[in-house]
Amino acid sequence: MTEIAEQAVDRDREIMTVNVGPHHPATHGVLRLVVDLEGEMVRELTPVIGYVHTGIEKSCEDKSYWKVIPFVERMDYVSYFFQMEAFCGAVERLIDLEIPPRARYLRTLFLELNRIHSHLVWLGTTALDLGAISMLWYCFRERDKILDLFEMATGQRMHTRYFQVGGVIEDIPLGFEQKCRAFAEEMPIRVGQYQALLDRNEVFLSRTKGVGAVSRERLLELGVTGPLLRAAGEPWDLRKAFDYLAYPELDFKIPVGTVGDNYDRYRVRVAEMVESARIVEQCLDALPEGPFIADDRKYVLPPRSELSTSMESLIHHFKLVTEGYRVGPGEVYYSIESPRGELGCFVVADGSAKPSRVHFRDPSFVNLQAFRDMAVDTYVADMIASLGMLDPILGGVDR
Amino acid sequence: MPDAPGLELIRGEIERDCPGAVLATSYDRSQAALVVDPARVLEVLSWLKDQPGQRYDFLSSLHAADYLPNAPRFAVHYELINRDRVERVRVKAMLEDAPPAGGDDREDSPGRESPRSETGPAGQGLPSIDSCVELFPTAEAQEREVFDFFGIVFRGHPNLTRILLPDDYVGWPQRRDFPIGGEPVTFTYSEQRYD
Repeated sequence: MTEIAEQAVDRDREIMTVNVGPHHPATHGVLRLVVDLEGEMVRELTPVIGYVHTGIEKSCEDKSYWKVIPFVERMDYVSYFFQMEAFCGAVERLIDLEIPPRARYLRTLFLELNRIHSHLVWLGTTALDLGAISMLWYCFRERDKILDLFEMATGQRMHTRYFQVGGVIEDIPLGFEQKCRAFAEEMPIRVGQYQALLDRNEVFLSRTKGVGAVSRERLLELGVTGPLLRAAGEPWDLRKAFDYLAYPELDFKIPVGTVGDNYDRYRVRVAEMVESARIVEQCLDALPEGPFIADDRKYVLPPRSELSTSMESLIHHFKLVTEGYRVGPGEVYYSIESPRGELGCFVVADGSAKPSRVHFRDPSFVNLQAFRDMAVDTYVADMIASLGMLDPILGGVDR
Repeated sequence: MPDAPGLELIRGEIERDCPGAVLATSYDRSQAALVVDPARVLEVLSWLKDQPGQRYDFLSSLHAADYLPNAPRFAVHYELINRDRVERVRVKAMLEDAPPAGGDDREDSPGRESPRSETGPAGQGLPSIDSCVELFPTAEAQEREVFDFFGIVFRGHPNLTRILLPDDYVGWPQRRDFPIGGEPVTFTYSEQRYD
Protein backbone atom coordinates (compact mmCIF):
# COMPACT_ATOMS: atom_id res chain seq x y z
CA MET A 1 0.00 0.00 0.00
CA THR A 2 2.78 2.44 0.84
CA GLU A 3 4.51 1.44 -2.39
CA ILE A 4 1.58 2.76 -4.35
CA ALA A 5 1.62 5.90 -2.26
CA GLU A 6 5.27 6.51 -2.98
CA GLN A 7 4.96 6.16 -6.71
CA ALA A 8 5.97 9.33 -8.41
CA VAL A 9 3.21 11.87 -8.40
CA ASP A 10 2.70 13.97 -11.41
CA ARG A 11 1.58 17.22 -9.87
CA ASP A 12 -0.05 18.29 -13.10
CA ARG A 13 -2.56 15.51 -12.76
CA GLU A 14 -5.97 16.38 -11.61
CA ILE A 15 -6.36 17.17 -7.91
CA MET A 16 -9.92 17.21 -6.69
CA THR A 17 -10.88 18.87 -3.42
CA VAL A 18 -13.59 17.00 -1.61
CA ASN A 19 -15.43 18.02 1.49
CA VAL A 20 -16.08 15.22 4.00
CA GLY A 21 -18.55 15.98 6.73
CA PRO A 22 -19.33 17.75 9.00
CA HIS A 23 -22.28 15.38 9.21
CA HIS A 24 -20.99 12.00 8.24
CA PRO A 25 -21.15 8.75 10.24
CA ALA A 26 -17.49 7.98 9.57
CA THR A 27 -16.20 11.20 11.09
CA HIS A 28 -17.27 10.09 14.58
CA GLY A 29 -18.90 13.38 15.39
CA VAL A 30 -19.20 16.74 13.75
CA LEU A 31 -15.82 16.92 12.06
CA ARG A 32 -15.28 18.39 8.63
CA LEU A 33 -12.35 17.32 6.50
CA VAL A 34 -11.25 19.23 3.42
CA VAL A 35 -9.38 16.64 1.42
CA ASP A 36 -7.33 17.05 -1.74
CA LEU A 37 -7.63 13.85 -3.71
CA GLU A 38 -5.64 12.57 -6.59
CA GLY A 39 -7.70 9.68 -7.78
CA GLU A 40 -8.15 7.75 -4.55
CA MET A 41 -5.02 9.03 -2.85
CA VAL A 42 -5.20 11.72 -0.20
CA ARG A 43 -2.63 14.37 -0.99
CA GLU A 44 -3.56 17.10 1.46
CA LEU A 45 -5.96 17.25 4.32
CA THR A 46 -7.25 19.96 6.64
CA PRO A 47 -9.53 19.16 9.55
CA VAL A 48 -12.03 21.93 10.25
CA ILE A 49 -13.41 21.91 13.78
CA GLY A 50 -15.66 24.04 15.93
CA TYR A 51 -19.05 22.78 14.81
CA VAL A 52 -20.06 21.68 18.30
CA HIS A 53 -18.35 24.47 20.20
CA THR A 54 -20.71 25.37 23.00
CA GLY A 55 -18.56 27.65 25.14
CA ILE A 56 -18.46 25.32 28.13
CA GLU A 57 -15.26 26.88 29.44
CA LYS A 58 -16.88 30.31 29.41
CA SER A 59 -20.07 29.06 31.00
CA CYS A 60 -18.07 27.48 33.82
CA GLU A 61 -16.87 30.94 34.83
CA ASP A 62 -20.43 31.82 35.77
CA LYS A 63 -21.08 28.76 37.93
CA SER A 64 -20.04 28.05 41.49
CA TYR A 65 -17.47 25.28 41.73
CA TRP A 66 -19.83 22.43 42.47
CA LYS A 67 -22.10 23.40 39.61
CA VAL A 68 -19.24 23.20 37.12
CA ILE A 69 -19.03 19.41 37.46
CA PRO A 70 -22.06 18.52 35.28
CA PHE A 71 -20.89 21.04 32.69
CA VAL A 72 -17.44 19.62 32.18
CA GLU A 73 -18.81 16.08 31.97
CA ARG A 74 -20.46 17.02 28.72
CA MET A 75 -17.27 17.95 26.92
CA ASP A 76 -15.88 14.53 26.10
CA TYR A 77 -19.17 12.71 26.40
CA VAL A 78 -17.67 9.22 26.22
CA SER A 79 -15.29 9.63 29.14
CA TYR A 80 -17.33 11.71 31.55
CA PHE A 81 -15.78 10.26 34.70
CA PHE A 82 -12.39 11.48 33.53
CA GLN A 83 -13.62 15.03 33.03
CA MET A 84 -15.08 15.00 36.51
CA GLU A 85 -11.88 13.66 38.02
CA ALA A 86 -9.76 16.26 36.22
CA PHE A 87 -11.91 19.11 37.48
CA CYS A 88 -12.54 17.79 41.01
CA GLY A 89 -8.87 16.89 41.37
CA ALA A 90 -7.82 20.37 40.33
CA VAL A 91 -10.19 22.02 42.81
CA GLU A 92 -9.08 19.65 45.58
CA ARG A 93 -5.51 20.71 44.92
CA LEU A 94 -6.55 24.36 45.02
CA ILE A 95 -8.23 24.03 48.40
CA ASP A 96 -5.75 21.43 49.64
CA LEU A 97 -8.42 18.89 50.49
CA GLU A 98 -7.42 15.29 50.84
CA ILE A 99 -9.97 12.68 49.82
CA PRO A 100 -10.51 9.57 51.97
CA PRO A 101 -8.98 6.25 50.85
CA ARG A 102 -12.34 4.70 49.98
CA ALA A 103 -13.10 7.60 47.67
CA ARG A 104 -9.72 7.22 45.99
CA TYR A 105 -10.44 3.57 45.26
CA LEU A 106 -14.02 4.19 44.17
CA ARG A 107 -12.87 6.89 41.79
CA THR A 108 -10.18 4.64 40.36
CA LEU A 109 -12.75 1.88 39.94
CA PHE A 110 -15.15 4.06 38.01
CA LEU A 111 -12.42 5.64 35.93
CA GLU A 112 -11.26 2.23 34.78
CA LEU A 113 -14.81 1.06 34.06
CA ASN A 114 -15.18 4.24 32.03
CA ARG A 115 -11.93 3.49 30.21
CA ILE A 116 -13.27 0.08 29.16
CA HIS A 117 -16.54 1.74 28.14
CA SER A 118 -14.72 4.33 26.04
CA HIS A 119 -12.53 1.74 24.34
CA LEU A 120 -15.60 -0.39 23.62
CA VAL A 121 -17.30 2.50 21.88
CA TRP A 122 -14.11 3.08 19.93
CA LEU A 123 -13.68 -0.58 18.98
CA GLY A 124 -17.29 -1.00 17.93
CA THR A 125 -17.47 2.09 15.76
CA THR A 126 -14.03 1.70 14.24
CA ALA A 127 -14.58 -1.93 13.36
CA LEU A 128 -17.86 -0.80 11.82
CA ASP A 129 -15.93 1.65 9.64
CA LEU A 130 -13.81 -1.27 8.49
CA GLY A 131 -16.87 -3.32 7.63
CA ALA A 132 -17.06 -5.56 10.69
CA ILE A 133 -20.64 -4.81 11.68
CA SER A 134 -20.96 -7.61 14.22
CA MET A 135 -18.23 -6.03 16.38
CA LEU A 136 -20.51 -3.10 17.04
CA TRP A 137 -23.18 -5.29 18.57
CA TYR A 138 -20.75 -7.28 20.70
CA CYS A 139 -19.00 -4.15 21.96
CA PHE A 140 -22.22 -2.36 22.74
CA ARG A 141 -23.50 -5.41 24.60
CA GLU A 142 -20.58 -5.15 27.03
CA ARG A 143 -20.84 -1.38 27.09
CA ASP A 144 -24.41 -1.73 28.23
CA LYS A 145 -23.30 -3.83 31.18
CA ILE A 146 -20.97 -1.03 32.21
CA LEU A 147 -23.77 1.49 31.85
CA ASP A 148 -25.92 -0.79 34.04
CA LEU A 149 -23.19 -0.67 36.67
CA PHE A 150 -23.07 3.13 36.42
CA GLU A 151 -26.82 3.30 36.76
CA MET A 152 -26.79 1.02 39.77
CA ALA A 153 -24.17 3.07 41.62
CA THR A 154 -25.01 6.59 40.51
CA GLY A 155 -28.56 6.58 39.18
CA GLN A 156 -27.51 7.67 35.71
CA ARG A 157 -26.18 5.79 32.75
CA MET A 158 -24.25 8.73 31.32
CA HIS A 159 -23.16 12.07 32.79
CA THR A 160 -23.43 10.67 36.27
CA ARG A 161 -22.16 13.61 38.34
CA TYR A 162 -20.81 10.99 40.71
CA PHE A 163 -17.49 12.56 41.67
CA GLN A 164 -17.67 15.47 44.06
CA VAL A 165 -15.01 17.76 45.37
CA GLY A 166 -13.87 15.74 48.38
CA GLY A 167 -14.88 12.27 47.27
CA VAL A 168 -17.91 10.68 45.64
CA ILE A 169 -21.56 11.54 46.18
CA GLU A 170 -22.63 8.24 47.69
CA ASP A 171 -21.32 4.82 48.51
CA ILE A 172 -21.76 1.92 46.12
CA PRO A 173 -25.00 0.04 46.80
CA LEU A 174 -25.41 -3.51 48.06
CA GLY A 175 -24.91 -6.03 45.31
CA PHE A 176 -22.77 -3.69 43.23
CA GLU A 177 -19.59 -5.49 44.16
CA GLN A 178 -20.80 -8.90 42.97
CA LYS A 179 -22.11 -7.47 39.74
CA CYS A 180 -18.96 -5.52 39.10
CA ARG A 181 -16.75 -8.50 39.94
CA ALA A 182 -18.73 -10.68 37.55
CA PHE A 183 -18.22 -8.09 34.85
CA ALA A 184 -14.49 -7.78 35.53
CA GLU A 185 -14.14 -11.55 35.33
CA GLU A 186 -16.12 -11.75 32.13
CA MET A 187 -14.44 -8.86 30.35
CA PRO A 188 -11.07 -10.52 29.52
CA ILE A 189 -12.99 -13.46 28.04
CA ARG A 190 -15.01 -11.07 25.91
CA VAL A 191 -11.86 -9.29 24.79
CA GLY A 192 -10.51 -12.70 23.76
CA GLN A 193 -13.62 -13.18 21.67
CA TYR A 194 -13.17 -9.80 19.97
CA GLN A 195 -9.62 -10.73 19.18
CA ALA A 196 -10.74 -14.08 17.78
CA LEU A 197 -13.05 -12.18 15.47
CA LEU A 198 -10.51 -9.59 14.34
CA ASP A 199 -6.97 -10.84 14.79
CA ARG A 200 -7.11 -13.46 12.07
CA ASN A 201 -9.54 -11.61 9.86
CA GLU A 202 -7.69 -11.08 6.59
CA VAL A 203 -9.72 -8.01 5.67
CA PHE A 204 -9.15 -6.37 9.04
CA LEU A 205 -5.43 -7.14 9.00
CA SER A 206 -4.84 -5.82 5.50
CA ARG A 207 -6.81 -2.68 6.32
CA THR A 208 -4.82 -1.96 9.49
CA LYS A 209 -1.29 -3.38 9.22
CA GLY A 210 1.19 -0.84 7.95
CA VAL A 211 -1.49 1.82 7.54
CA GLY A 212 -1.29 5.26 9.07
CA ALA A 213 2.03 4.78 10.84
CA VAL A 214 3.59 7.88 12.38
CA SER A 215 7.00 7.76 14.02
CA ARG A 216 7.41 8.10 17.75
CA GLU A 217 9.50 11.27 17.43
CA ARG A 218 6.91 12.96 15.26
CA LEU A 219 4.11 12.03 17.67
CA LEU A 220 6.06 13.51 20.56
CA GLU A 221 6.64 16.71 18.60
CA LEU A 222 2.94 16.93 17.95
CA GLY A 223 2.15 16.46 21.62
CA VAL A 224 0.22 13.25 21.03
CA THR A 225 -0.41 11.21 24.16
CA GLY A 226 -2.36 8.14 25.15
CA PRO A 227 -2.74 4.90 23.20
CA LEU A 228 -1.58 6.57 19.97
CA LEU A 229 1.79 7.39 21.48
CA ARG A 230 2.09 4.06 23.27
CA ALA A 231 1.33 2.21 20.02
CA ALA A 232 4.48 3.82 18.61
CA GLY A 233 6.55 2.29 21.40
CA GLU A 234 6.73 5.11 23.93
CA PRO A 235 5.65 3.78 27.34
CA TRP A 236 4.30 7.12 28.58
CA ASP A 237 1.28 6.84 30.84
CA LEU A 238 0.39 9.42 33.46
CA ARG A 239 -1.06 6.71 35.70
CA LYS A 240 2.49 5.42 36.16
CA ALA A 241 4.34 8.70 35.78
CA PHE A 242 2.51 10.85 38.31
CA ASP A 243 0.94 9.59 41.50
CA TYR A 244 -2.75 10.21 41.66
CA LEU A 245 -5.71 8.34 43.14
CA ALA A 246 -5.01 4.70 43.96
CA TYR A 247 -2.82 3.94 40.93
CA PRO A 248 0.50 3.76 42.82
CA GLU A 249 -0.95 0.95 44.95
CA LEU A 250 -2.26 -1.11 42.03
CA ASP A 251 -0.50 -3.62 39.86
CA PHE A 252 -1.06 -3.11 36.15
CA LYS A 253 0.92 -3.02 32.95
CA ILE A 254 1.21 -0.44 30.19
CA PRO A 255 0.77 -2.09 26.79
CA VAL A 256 2.99 -0.64 24.07
CA GLY A 257 3.21 -1.24 20.35
CA THR A 258 6.21 -1.29 18.05
CA VAL A 259 5.69 0.46 14.72
CA GLY A 260 2.73 2.68 15.50
CA ASP A 261 0.42 1.68 12.67
CA ASN A 262 -3.31 1.20 12.98
CA TYR A 263 -2.88 -2.43 13.95
CA ASP A 264 -0.69 -1.47 16.91
CA ARG A 265 -3.22 1.12 17.97
CA TYR A 266 -5.88 -1.55 17.95
CA ARG A 267 -3.73 -4.00 19.91
CA VAL A 268 -2.75 -1.42 22.53
CA ARG A 269 -6.33 -0.40 23.23
CA VAL A 270 -7.57 -3.98 23.39
CA ALA A 271 -4.77 -4.88 25.80
CA GLU A 272 -5.65 -1.81 27.88
CA MET A 273 -9.18 -3.12 28.30
CA VAL A 274 -7.81 -6.29 29.89
CA GLU A 275 -5.53 -4.29 32.16
CA SER A 276 -8.41 -2.04 33.18
CA ALA A 277 -10.49 -5.08 34.06
CA ARG A 278 -7.60 -6.22 36.29
CA ILE A 279 -7.51 -2.80 37.95
CA VAL A 280 -11.26 -2.98 38.59
CA GLU A 281 -10.82 -6.35 40.31
CA GLN A 282 -7.94 -5.07 42.42
CA CYS A 283 -9.94 -2.00 43.44
CA LEU A 284 -12.78 -4.22 44.61
CA ASP A 285 -10.35 -6.47 46.52
CA ALA A 286 -8.55 -3.60 48.19
CA LEU A 287 -11.54 -1.27 48.67
CA PRO A 288 -10.93 0.25 52.11
CA GLU A 289 -13.71 0.73 54.61
CA GLY A 290 -14.50 4.20 55.85
CA PRO A 291 -16.09 7.41 54.61
CA PHE A 292 -16.56 7.92 50.88
CA ILE A 293 -16.31 11.70 51.04
CA ALA A 294 -14.16 14.07 53.05
CA ASP A 295 -15.55 15.40 56.30
CA ASP A 296 -14.79 19.07 55.71
CA ARG A 297 -18.09 20.89 56.12
CA LYS A 298 -16.68 24.01 54.49
CA TYR A 299 -16.55 22.21 51.15
CA VAL A 300 -18.61 19.05 51.40
CA LEU A 301 -22.37 18.80 51.87
CA PRO A 302 -23.35 17.38 55.26
CA PRO A 303 -25.15 14.03 55.25
CA ARG A 304 -28.84 14.37 54.56
CA SER A 305 -29.81 12.72 57.85
CA GLU A 306 -28.16 15.47 59.88
CA LEU A 307 -30.22 18.26 58.34
CA SER A 308 -33.26 17.60 60.51
CA THR A 309 -31.29 17.37 63.75
CA SER A 310 -28.36 19.76 63.54
CA MET A 311 -28.64 23.50 63.04
CA GLU A 312 -24.95 23.67 62.14
CA SER A 313 -25.42 21.19 59.32
CA LEU A 314 -28.42 23.06 58.03
CA ILE A 315 -26.42 26.28 57.89
CA HIS A 316 -23.53 24.58 56.11
CA HIS A 317 -25.93 22.98 53.68
CA PHE A 318 -27.60 26.30 52.99
CA LYS A 319 -24.33 28.12 52.44
CA LEU A 320 -22.93 25.42 50.18
CA VAL A 321 -26.05 25.16 48.06
CA THR A 322 -26.71 28.87 47.69
CA GLU A 323 -23.34 30.57 47.42
CA GLY A 324 -21.02 27.60 47.21
CA TYR A 325 -17.60 27.65 48.79
CA ARG A 326 -14.92 30.21 48.15
CA VAL A 327 -11.54 29.15 46.91
CA GLY A 328 -8.47 31.18 47.74
CA PRO A 329 -6.57 32.78 44.85
CA GLY A 330 -4.30 30.44 42.96
CA GLU A 331 -4.03 28.34 39.88
CA VAL A 332 -3.59 24.64 39.35
CA TYR A 333 -3.00 22.41 36.35
CA TYR A 334 -3.97 18.82 37.08
CA SER A 335 -3.75 16.13 34.45
CA ILE A 336 -4.81 12.53 34.31
CA GLU A 337 -4.58 9.73 31.78
CA SER A 338 -7.88 9.62 29.94
CA PRO A 339 -8.66 6.90 27.36
CA ARG A 340 -7.36 9.29 24.72
CA GLY A 341 -4.29 10.66 26.45
CA GLU A 342 -3.39 13.47 28.78
CA LEU A 343 -6.52 15.21 29.98
CA GLY A 344 -5.51 18.33 31.82
CA CYS A 345 -7.65 20.73 33.75
CA PHE A 346 -6.39 24.23 34.45
CA VAL A 347 -8.36 26.19 37.03
CA VAL A 348 -7.70 29.74 38.14
CA ALA A 349 -9.36 30.81 41.36
CA ASP A 350 -9.70 34.46 42.27
CA GLY A 351 -11.01 34.08 45.80
CA SER A 352 -14.68 34.09 44.91
CA ALA A 353 -17.12 31.18 44.77
CA LYS A 354 -16.77 30.86 41.02
CA PRO A 355 -13.68 29.85 39.07
CA SER A 356 -12.25 32.72 37.04
CA ARG A 357 -10.95 30.34 34.38
CA VAL A 358 -11.51 26.68 33.63
CA HIS A 359 -9.55 25.26 30.74
CA PHE A 360 -9.43 21.68 29.57
CA ARG A 361 -6.47 20.39 27.68
CA ASP A 362 -8.40 17.87 25.69
CA PRO A 363 -6.39 14.97 24.29
CA SER A 364 -8.57 14.64 21.18
CA PHE A 365 -7.97 18.29 20.32
CA VAL A 366 -4.20 17.88 20.42
CA ASN A 367 -4.13 14.39 18.90
CA LEU A 368 -6.15 15.54 15.93
CA GLN A 369 -3.07 17.44 14.74
CA ALA A 370 -1.44 14.10 13.99
CA PHE A 371 -4.23 13.14 11.62
CA ARG A 372 -2.60 14.82 8.64
CA ASP A 373 0.56 12.79 9.15
CA MET A 374 -1.49 9.62 9.46
CA ALA A 375 -3.66 10.09 6.40
CA VAL A 376 -1.71 11.97 3.74
CA ASP A 377 -0.59 9.73 0.86
CA THR A 378 -2.92 6.91 1.78
CA TYR A 379 -6.23 5.88 0.25
CA VAL A 380 -9.44 7.68 1.18
CA ALA A 381 -10.68 4.46 2.73
CA ASP A 382 -7.57 4.29 4.90
CA MET A 383 -8.06 7.89 5.92
CA ILE A 384 -11.40 6.89 7.38
CA ALA A 385 -9.78 3.92 9.10
CA SER A 386 -7.04 6.14 10.52
CA LEU A 387 -9.58 8.63 11.78
CA GLY A 388 -11.36 5.84 13.62
CA MET A 389 -8.07 4.65 15.10
CA LEU A 390 -7.26 8.21 16.18
CA ASP A 391 -10.49 8.09 18.20
CA PRO A 392 -11.35 11.78 18.48
CA ILE A 393 -14.45 12.77 20.43
CA LEU A 394 -15.60 15.98 18.84
CA GLY A 395 -17.44 17.12 21.94
CA GLY A 396 -14.06 17.21 23.64
CA VAL A 397 -12.29 18.79 20.67
CA ASP A 398 -14.72 21.68 20.41
CA ARG A 399 -15.76 22.02 24.06
CA MET B 1 7.75 18.53 39.77
CA PRO B 2 11.00 20.14 40.77
CA ASP B 3 10.70 21.16 44.41
CA ALA B 4 11.16 24.78 45.48
CA PRO B 5 15.00 24.62 45.74
CA GLY B 6 15.14 22.71 42.43
CA LEU B 7 13.15 25.47 40.80
CA GLU B 8 15.60 28.06 42.12
CA LEU B 9 18.48 26.02 40.71
CA ILE B 10 16.82 25.99 37.30
CA ARG B 11 16.25 29.70 37.57
CA GLY B 12 19.88 30.27 38.48
CA GLU B 13 21.06 28.30 35.47
CA ILE B 14 18.77 30.17 33.12
CA GLU B 15 19.96 33.43 34.68
CA ARG B 16 23.52 32.44 33.78
CA ASP B 17 22.73 31.76 30.13
CA CYS B 18 20.02 34.32 29.44
CA PRO B 19 20.31 37.01 32.12
CA GLY B 20 17.12 38.78 33.01
CA ALA B 21 14.81 36.46 31.13
CA VAL B 22 13.20 34.99 34.24
CA LEU B 23 11.41 37.65 36.22
CA ALA B 24 10.21 35.57 39.14
CA THR B 25 9.48 32.07 40.30
CA SER B 26 6.48 30.75 42.10
CA TYR B 27 6.03 27.52 43.94
CA ASP B 28 2.41 27.19 44.86
CA ARG B 29 0.44 24.05 45.77
CA SER B 30 3.50 21.99 44.80
CA GLN B 31 3.44 23.31 41.26
CA ALA B 32 6.56 25.05 40.01
CA ALA B 33 6.31 28.04 37.72
CA LEU B 34 8.81 30.37 36.08
CA VAL B 35 7.47 33.82 35.29
CA VAL B 36 9.37 35.02 32.26
CA ASP B 37 9.77 38.20 30.27
CA PRO B 38 7.25 37.83 27.43
CA ALA B 39 9.73 39.24 24.93
CA ARG B 40 12.18 36.45 25.75
CA VAL B 41 9.86 33.51 26.25
CA LEU B 42 11.36 31.62 23.29
CA GLU B 43 14.84 31.87 24.79
CA VAL B 44 13.66 30.29 28.02
CA LEU B 45 11.57 27.62 26.29
CA SER B 46 14.40 26.57 24.01
CA TRP B 47 16.82 26.60 26.92
CA LEU B 48 14.51 24.31 28.90
CA LYS B 49 14.02 22.12 25.85
CA ASP B 50 17.61 21.72 24.68
CA GLN B 51 19.82 22.24 27.72
CA PRO B 52 21.53 18.94 28.56
CA GLY B 53 20.36 17.84 31.97
CA GLN B 54 17.06 19.68 31.66
CA ARG B 55 15.26 18.39 28.56
CA TYR B 56 11.80 19.72 29.26
CA ASP B 57 11.02 18.74 25.70
CA PHE B 58 7.33 17.87 25.81
CA LEU B 59 4.84 20.72 25.75
CA SER B 60 1.77 19.16 27.27
CA SER B 61 -0.46 22.20 27.25
CA LEU B 62 -0.49 25.81 26.18
CA HIS B 63 -3.31 27.95 27.50
CA ALA B 64 -4.05 31.48 28.58
CA ALA B 65 -5.85 33.23 31.38
CA ASP B 66 -7.22 36.69 31.89
CA TYR B 67 -6.57 38.20 35.35
CA LEU B 68 -8.63 41.26 34.58
CA PRO B 69 -8.36 43.62 37.55
CA ASN B 70 -4.63 42.89 37.85
CA ALA B 71 -2.01 44.91 36.06
CA PRO B 72 -0.40 42.54 33.56
CA ARG B 73 -3.76 41.38 32.44
CA PHE B 74 -3.10 38.23 30.41
CA ALA B 75 -0.86 35.26 30.92
CA VAL B 76 0.14 32.55 28.51
CA HIS B 77 1.00 29.32 30.31
CA TYR B 78 3.28 26.64 28.92
CA GLU B 79 3.10 23.31 30.75
CA LEU B 80 6.36 21.48 30.06
CA ILE B 81 7.24 17.91 30.96
CA ASN B 82 10.63 16.34 31.36
CA ARG B 83 9.79 12.73 30.61
CA ASP B 84 13.07 11.30 31.88
CA ARG B 85 12.88 12.84 35.33
CA VAL B 86 9.05 12.85 35.23
CA GLU B 87 8.85 16.49 36.21
CA ARG B 88 6.59 19.27 35.20
CA VAL B 89 7.37 22.95 35.11
CA ARG B 90 5.14 25.79 34.09
CA VAL B 91 6.42 28.76 32.15
CA LYS B 92 4.23 31.78 32.47
CA ALA B 93 4.49 34.92 30.37
CA MET B 94 2.46 37.85 31.66
CA LEU B 95 1.19 40.18 28.95
CA GLU B 96 -0.02 43.74 29.25
CA ASP B 97 -3.22 44.58 27.48
CA ALA B 98 -2.46 46.57 24.37
CA PRO B 99 -3.60 50.20 24.64
CA PRO B 100 -6.88 50.85 22.90
CA ALA B 101 -6.60 52.43 19.49
CA GLY B 102 -8.29 55.63 20.65
CA GLY B 103 -5.47 56.37 23.09
CA ASP B 104 -7.66 56.98 26.15
CA ASP B 105 -6.64 55.43 29.46
CA ARG B 106 -7.95 51.94 30.03
CA GLU B 107 -10.15 51.08 33.03
CA ASP B 108 -11.56 54.60 32.79
CA SER B 109 -14.97 53.92 31.38
CA PRO B 110 -15.88 50.28 31.72
CA GLY B 111 -19.12 50.89 29.94
CA ARG B 112 -17.35 51.94 26.79
CA GLU B 113 -14.97 49.06 26.68
CA SER B 114 -16.74 46.66 24.43
CA PRO B 115 -16.76 48.56 21.12
CA ARG B 116 -13.04 49.30 21.02
CA SER B 117 -10.38 48.04 18.64
CA GLU B 118 -11.30 44.36 18.98
CA THR B 119 -12.81 44.35 15.55
CA GLY B 120 -9.65 45.70 13.96
CA PRO B 121 -7.28 43.56 11.90
CA ALA B 122 -5.20 41.03 13.80
CA GLY B 123 -2.27 42.66 15.54
CA GLN B 124 -3.90 46.05 15.89
CA GLY B 125 -4.59 46.88 19.51
CA LEU B 126 -4.01 43.29 20.60
CA PRO B 127 -1.38 41.95 22.97
CA SER B 128 1.21 39.81 21.25
CA ILE B 129 3.90 37.25 22.01
CA ASP B 130 6.28 35.12 19.95
CA SER B 131 4.89 31.86 18.64
CA CYS B 132 6.61 28.67 19.78
CA VAL B 133 5.38 26.50 16.91
CA GLU B 134 8.96 26.13 15.63
CA LEU B 135 10.05 24.67 18.96
CA PHE B 136 6.91 22.70 19.71
CA PRO B 137 4.76 21.87 16.67
CA THR B 138 2.02 20.78 19.07
CA ALA B 139 1.40 24.44 19.90
CA GLU B 140 -0.06 25.10 16.46
CA ALA B 141 -3.69 24.38 17.33
CA GLN B 142 -3.39 25.52 20.93
CA GLU B 143 -2.02 28.94 20.00
CA ARG B 144 -4.84 29.33 17.52
CA GLU B 145 -7.26 28.49 20.31
CA VAL B 146 -5.73 31.13 22.59
CA PHE B 147 -5.91 33.68 19.76
CA ASP B 148 -9.49 32.69 19.10
CA PHE B 149 -10.67 33.20 22.67
CA PHE B 150 -8.36 35.86 24.11
CA GLY B 151 -7.19 37.83 21.09
CA ILE B 152 -3.54 37.24 21.93
CA VAL B 153 -1.48 37.40 18.74
CA PHE B 154 1.31 34.87 18.32
CA ARG B 155 3.96 36.47 16.12
CA GLY B 156 5.29 34.04 13.52
CA HIS B 157 2.46 31.53 13.75
CA PRO B 158 1.99 29.91 10.32
CA ASN B 159 -1.79 30.21 10.23
CA LEU B 160 -3.21 32.35 13.00
CA THR B 161 -6.93 32.22 12.35
CA ARG B 162 -9.94 31.38 14.46
CA ILE B 163 -10.14 27.68 15.15
CA LEU B 164 -13.32 26.91 17.11
CA LEU B 165 -15.40 30.03 16.53
CA PRO B 166 -16.67 31.06 13.10
CA ASP B 167 -14.23 33.09 11.02
CA ASP B 168 -16.50 36.13 11.01
CA TYR B 169 -16.99 36.17 14.78
CA VAL B 170 -16.35 39.51 16.47
CA GLY B 171 -14.81 39.70 19.94
CA TRP B 172 -12.65 37.60 22.24
CA PRO B 173 -15.10 35.65 24.34
CA GLN B 174 -12.88 34.21 27.06
CA ARG B 175 -11.82 37.66 28.22
CA ARG B 176 -13.27 38.50 31.58
CA ASP B 177 -14.96 41.65 30.33
CA PHE B 178 -16.82 39.76 27.61
CA PRO B 179 -20.32 39.16 28.90
CA ILE B 180 -21.81 35.72 29.15
CA GLY B 181 -24.85 35.98 27.02
CA GLY B 182 -26.91 34.01 24.66
CA GLU B 183 -27.22 34.43 20.98
CA PRO B 184 -30.78 34.64 19.77
CA VAL B 185 -31.55 31.43 17.96
CA THR B 186 -33.43 32.05 14.77
CA PHE B 187 -36.23 29.61 14.20
CA THR B 188 -38.76 30.09 11.44
CA TYR B 189 -41.25 30.84 14.17
CA SER B 190 -39.30 33.71 15.71
CA GLU B 191 -38.29 35.04 12.30
CA GLN B 192 -41.87 35.50 11.37
CA ARG B 193 -42.80 37.19 14.61
CA TYR B 194 -39.86 39.47 15.29
CA ASP B 195 -38.51 40.58 11.92
